Formats: sequence, structure tokens, C-alpha cells
Amino acid sequence: MSALPLLEVKDLEVAFKTADGIVSAVRGVSFDVYPGETLAIVGESGSGKSTTAHAIIDLLPGSGTVTGGQVLFGGRDLTKLRSTEMEDIRGRLIGLVPQDPMQSLNPVWSIGFQVEEAIRANGVATGKREVRKQALKVLKEAGLEDADRRLKQFPHQFSGGMRQRVLISIGLSAHPQLLIADEPTSALDVTVQRRILDHLESLTESSGTAVIFITHDLGLAAERAENLVVMHRGKIVESGPALDILQDPQHPYTQRLVAAAPSLASKRIQAAVKADKPLETAEVGGEGAGFDLATVAERTAASAGESTPVIEFREATKVFKIRTGGLTSVAFTAVDHASFQVAKGSTLALVGESGSGKSTAAKMLLGLESITSGSILVNGQDVSTMNRRDLLALRRQMQPVFQDPYGSLDPLHNIGNTIAEPLRVHHAGDVASRKARVLEVLDQVALPQSVLTRYPSELSGGQRQRVAIARALALKPEIVVLDEAVSALDVLVQAQVLNLLAELQAELSLTYLFITHDLAVVRVIADYVCVMEKGRIVEQSTVDEVFANPREDYTRELLDAIPGAHIRLGT
Amino acid sequence: MSSKNPVRRAPRYVAEVDEGGLGAVDAVRVSERKSNLWLDAWRDLRSRWLFWVTSVLILFIIFVALFPGVFTNEPPNDNCQLSVSNAGPSPGHPLGFTKLGCDIFSRIVHGTGTSLSVGIIVTVMVAVMGIVLGAFAGYFGGWLDSFLMRIGDIFFAIPYILAAVVIMSMFLHDRNIWVISLAIGFFSWPATARILRSEVLRVKQLDYVMASEAIGLTKLRTMFTHVMPNSLAPVIVISTVGLAGAIVAEATLSFLGVGLPNNLFMSWGNDISAAQTSLRTAPQTLIYPSIALSLTVLAFILLGELVRDALDPRTRASR
Repeated sequence: MSALPLLEVKDLEVAFKTADGIVSAVRGVSFDVYPGETLAIVGESGSGKSTTAHAIIDLLPGSGTVTGGQVLFGGRDLTKLRSTEMEDIRGRLIGLVPQDPMQSLNPVWSIGFQVEEAIRANGVATGKREVRKQALKVLKEAGLEDADRRLKQFPHQFSGGMRQRVLISIGLSAHPQLLIADEPTSALDVTVQRRILDHLESLTESSGTAVIFITHDLGLAAERAENLVVMHRGKIVESGPALDILQDPQHPYTQRLVAAAPSLASKRIQAAVKADKPLETAEVGGEGAGFDLATVAERTAASAGESTPVIEFREATKVFKIRTGGLTSVAFTAVDHASFQVAKGSTLALVGESGSGKSTAAKMLLGLESITSGSILVNGQDVSTMNRRDLLALRRQMQPVFQDPYGSLDPLHNIGNTIAEPLRVHHAGDVASRKARVLEVLDQVALPQSVLTRYPSELSGGQRQRVAIARALALKPEIVVLDEAVSALDVLVQAQVLNLLAELQAELSLTYLFITHDLAVVRVIADYVCVMEKGRIVEQSTVDEVFANPREDYTRELLDAIPGAHIRLGT
Repeated sequence: MSSKNPVRRAPRYVAEVDEGGLGAVDAVRVSERKSNLWLDAWRDLRSRWLFWVTSVLILFIIFVALFPGVFTNEPPNDNCQLSVSNAGPSPGHPLGFTKLGCDIFSRIVHGTGTSLSVGIIVTVMVAVMGIVLGAFAGYFGGWLDSFLMRIGDIFFAIPYILAAVVIMSMFLHDRNIWVISLAIGFFSWPATARILRSEVLRVKQLDYVMASEAIGLTKLRTMFTHVMPNSLAPVIVISTVGLAGAIVAEATLSFLGVGLPNNLFMSWGNDISAAQTSLRTAPQTLIYPSIALSLTVLAFILLGELVRDALDPRTRASR
């Protein structure tokens, strides 16, 4: 431990110029990073965490400017440097691993070229052969297999995880003293995320590189960093040693965050339906709220398993024909003989990584994809053999909520029309009764009536997702298919929506098919879980059973990959 | 926990709680003004002086086209006297006379309607054909898409002015506004169809389209209520610019002598064509109809550009 900090950020202020005037994004942020140490900056979207990081290396987007404070790196104030001096520091002394691996590599240049470019720009090596040798070395260090051959390939031939490895090797190519990793793995599957972060950790540890790790995931931050900075609305609300903060959060905001973070230690939300407790008080944080409801009511497997299944998959299979150019095509089995049942009023979670076939299974159930073989039964009726009228009737009972809160609502229809649409399509009631029903469901999802005439672009992601839930509920369905419905939401909002879903389930005895890649969420919302891998269901059981005794290696790998799983959070 | 070398214990810092507390999680703020694509575009347009200039100009042009009698009592064709051939301005005839001795001002005023009708008919025809064919091709895909787009390619390959010349030559004796509009419009829909199709391909991937089908809307109804309205913005932009193009095309055809008959319709293109012979002795016969044509075309092109800027958030951000 050296006595002098590598990076000192003092009272940093950043503002953006917008049409509505100057908006300050970072307000008086101060922290230190010592050589070889890992610091995590945690916060929701819009908290200013990425802006802080970009201000350090003078890469603020658009109209952003540093309006006050200092960024001292090895004693030099980075905010006062000329842009040429800054270029010398970026890459050579401070490396960056950007957020989205899918968009951070130039698609028209080979991987080798892009790594070599970084090496040459920072003067690590000169001469064609030396540069090539160095590029191979850093790619191998970043854990890219078969680097010699890979060097000539292009980004589209790489998976997300491999691209992130390339970006890490670019970020570390000049052996910087400080590496800024901006949500480096948020776009990746959990198991890939774990492998990459393990690797990054061992790399920076061996070279003594300090890391600023930006993330929205408290568990991840606690697992990967010694020290933590929690940001909220552009300010630091709490900072200190990671474990101390997680186990004994002091600031109310941190307490809220810690309470909302789902982890393996969490319990199934037991929604208590009380008439005198309106839904908006489904507030996360504080004692006894959120996921830490200690009351473990026995509303689980045994009792629910006896009733007739509402949804039943019988050897359901989906084969896609993928055109390979010309007239040939290759068969790709997206869902491979999947069989499971969902009992009324319970939640079954389909869990798997991207490409495991879980979304395809949901679309088959919704009748949006045809079934290649096998059958899917809803209340005993076979979906695949239905005619149009029966299918329309079925859709009254079964409604979907999709992942992307920005794509699931038509931007040109106002909220009232959006929610009323299923009622109009199914000719449910007259205009007045439809209006009444819209107000009713709006109330159920805890949105004020004033949003009726508003458009989706005026609402936040969580609010849009609540509108999507309201639309799904409008026809009083029995089944709601939730396809990654909370994956894109910030942790506090996610907790709020999950609570809402649990309460609605208890109140309306809804059956959920919950599709997710996030096992931690499964823990708090589901009764049963089916783990999918490459189209097949490899393990299915009650949630408690799967979490306590995972039988398959794959399930165990998924469970291990949940960040911060073994850290006990305090509230 | 990572087992890193000597770990520094950072000092613990806890900020004071802001006044007013944390507030509810994800509170709804609806005090701001309403906003969607069209409302935002309208606000953007409204705040620009150039939009108002072009709007006033276009409204004026429309007014002239509808009520030419307000501006001149001189008949454009029936009161021509060869005695004033190519003569300069005189009282009651502010712009002078053509070679045949007709009042230039009156001809320009009465020609406005022709130009504008052709422009509007062509634009509506192209937009309707392009939108319908493009939307079906993009949304339903498969063989329908291939079929419609190959037809589009065939039409695309034919230069539309050439095609229009051929069609106009076929209708030697019964040319009117509808025939010339059809001749121009029938060969220019593929561009619109392509643009709409690519926009539809983008929109149909979005979750709300899938959600609408899952709700129980038929594919056709989904296309009309959700896909089409969200794909229209680029078509509106090219239609505004296309309207100017159609006016130019009509003038071009008339200039080439295959446009509207000289004696029945006032057309700026006809007048420009007729003015060629006396360009040096009486430039006013060429200049004034040209100015009218340029101003009209410019007004619509400017409006198109403004609408494009307003509808495209990327160009808006860069200003």
C-alpha cells in the first residue's frame, strides 16, 4: 500500500447543456483510488456514475463539461490538460473497458488491427512484427483462445464474451496504472460475466493495476471491489469499505438499495393483500419490507401441485429452418421436447442463458410461434390445433408482458388507449365500462389517473412496464407470460415491479410463466423453476429444491455465477 | 471477497439526507407537457421562423391557385393581341406580354392551379401506392415481399421522365391534369415503397407489435393501427420534397412539348418553353414564370427539409 493516492477526485462537478438549460449531472463528487486497489461506483441509471468516469478521462459525451473541482492523477490535474496531453494519458496511463461489447468494436476492421492500433498508439511496441507479437500476447492474456487465428477475424464472428475479452485486452494493452471498467459485463450472460470478471481480476491483480468498476449491481460491486462509492442523483450518498456498507448501510438510499437487491438469501415475496394498504406503499427498503419478509408461509409446492395444471407443455418442440443462402437450409432446434406443468396461481420460471430457447417456448405458448411437434395445453385445450376463434378466446385468458420497456408500448398511442386496446379488440363491454376497467387496472398497478392521456415517452422504464402489466390485466386473464419483464429495470424499480406482480398474483390468483436469465429474481418470485440449456430442460423442481440441491452441473454453474451470492446483506 | 494485497480501508462517509427525503421509488411526474413524436415535431417546427415563412408562402400559393380571380381580371388566353407581342409592362399588365400578346401576370396566376394540382395528385398517388405496397411487402414478407419489390425494381429501372414522355405521347389528344399526373406518378412509387418497407421492417421487430398480436389483433389490423403509423415519418418527408419534384416534372414535360395542351391549360412549363424563341428580345417572358416555378418548388423543398429535421431526433440533436 503506497501512501499517495493514484487518483484523487475532488469536488467534481459536471453539467450538460440541454434545450431546457444547464442540467448538472455530477454534483461535488470526491473519492481517492490508491495504486492496485479496486473501487466500485454503484448507482441506478442516471445517478451520474458513468458521467463521473467519463469526466476523469475527458470523454464526456455531447455537451457535457466539467464545471468545477479537480481530477488529480499522479499529482496532475486532468481537467486542466490540453487535449493532446490528455490523449497521451488515455490508453497509456488510464485504460477504459467500455460498456457495450456489441457496439464498441469497429465492424469493418479485423480484431488484430484494432488491438494493434491500440498498441501502436500508446507506443508499447514499434515495428510490424513486435506489434503483432504484443497483440497476440495481450489477447492471450485476456483469455482469448486460439488467438493466432482469431487475429484475422472480424467482430461479427465473435460472441459477446469474446468481444469483451478483446476490449479488455485493448484496455490493458499499454499496462495502464488505472483501468476504468464501465459496466463491462452488463450485456453478457451471468456465467460469461463471471469468467470474464475472474479473469480481469487476476490480470489487474498480477500487474498491480488499479480499477474503477462502474456497475448497477451491488452484489457484483461487493464481490469485486474493496471499496464502494454509492451515487444517487449525481452525489455520493455513502462510501467506504464494500463489506461494511453492504452489511451496515447507513444512508437511507443505500439501505433501500441493499434491501432491494435480490440475492440467494432472499425469500419468495409473500404478498399480503390488505384492502387498507394501497399498492403504492409497496415500497422497498426499511425493515420488514421488500424481500426480507421473514414470514415463510407454506404456500409452496405441496399444496399447489395437486390442482390441475393451467399450462402444460408435452414434449413441445420447435425447429427453425435457418437459410444458409441459396435454397439450402439447416434445421435448428430451439426448443427440444420440453415438458412441464404450471399449476393455477403459481409461478413457474424458465431460466437459461441467451439462446437457450426460453423465449421461444413462451412465444409457442402465446401462439406467436408454431409448434413443430408435441403439444401445449392451456386448461386442457391443445393450443396447436385451435382454430382462429378458439385462439382469440384463449388470448383473453393469456396475456404477455415483454422485456423492453421502451419497445413494448406503441409510442403513438396514449396510455389510456394502450390499456383499452385489448378490451376493444375483444369487444368487452361498452365505452363507459371499458373506461372504468382501464381506471381499475391503472389503480391496480399503482399509476395515477393523470397518465391516461400521456404518451409512453413521458414515462420511465418501470412505469412503462407497469402500463404493460395493466394492459395485460385488462381482460382479467388467468395467465400472464412475463418474458424478461424486469430484466431491463434498475434494482429499486425491479423490486417494486416484482412486489406488484406478487401482490397481483395473490389478489387475482394469476398464473405466471416467468422467463428470465436471472436466478436471483427467480428466488423471489417463482415457486417452480425449469432450467433450460440449448433448448432442453435440464432440471426442473421447486425453487427451494433447485437452490438448495442443484443436481445438474449447469444449474450449479448458474447459481455460482450470481454476483455476491454468498455475501450476506444487512438491512 | 477478492484477496488482494494489502487492502486499504477507505474512510467511511455517509452523506446527509437531502431535504425532502428520497421520495418514492419511480414516482410519476406528469406535470411536464405531453410529448410524442408528432407533438414534439410540431413544437420543433413551431419554434422556427423559416417554417412560418415557408408556410405563409405555401398558403399564399394555394390561395392563388384556388382564387386566381382575386389577383387579376385579365383572362390568360382569350384576350391575346399580337399587337402587344413581347411588349413591356403597361398599366393593368404589370409584367408585360408574351410573344402571342397574352398577359404574363395573368398566365402565371392562372398557371398556379395547374402546377399545384399536378403536384398534389402525384404526391397523393405516389404516397398511397408506396405506403400500401411497401407496408404489405415489409409486414407480410415472404413471396409477397419478393413479388412486390421485384415489380418495384422493374419500375425503378425505367427513368420516369422517359416513361412519362412515352405515356403522354400515347394520349396525344386527350391530355389533362389526371393523365399527366398518372404519367409522372405511376413510375415514381417504388422509391416511397422501398423507404416505407425498410421502416416497416424496423418497426415490426418491436415488442409492441408482438404484444398487439398476442392481445388478439389480426395481422392486418396490427399493420394498420400500430405498424403503419409508426413508419410514416420518412414518407411524409419525401412526399413534401416529392411534391416539388412533381411540379418540376410537369413543367419539364410541358417544356418538352409533351405536357398539357397550350391552349387549354396555363402551365409555367409551357410558358417557359414558348419563351425560348424570344429570350434575347423579351427576357421577361422567361424570367417571370421561372421565378414562380422556383419559388413554389423552393417553398415545398424547404418545408420538406424542416419536417425532416423535426421528425428525425438525430438531426435535432446535432443542432
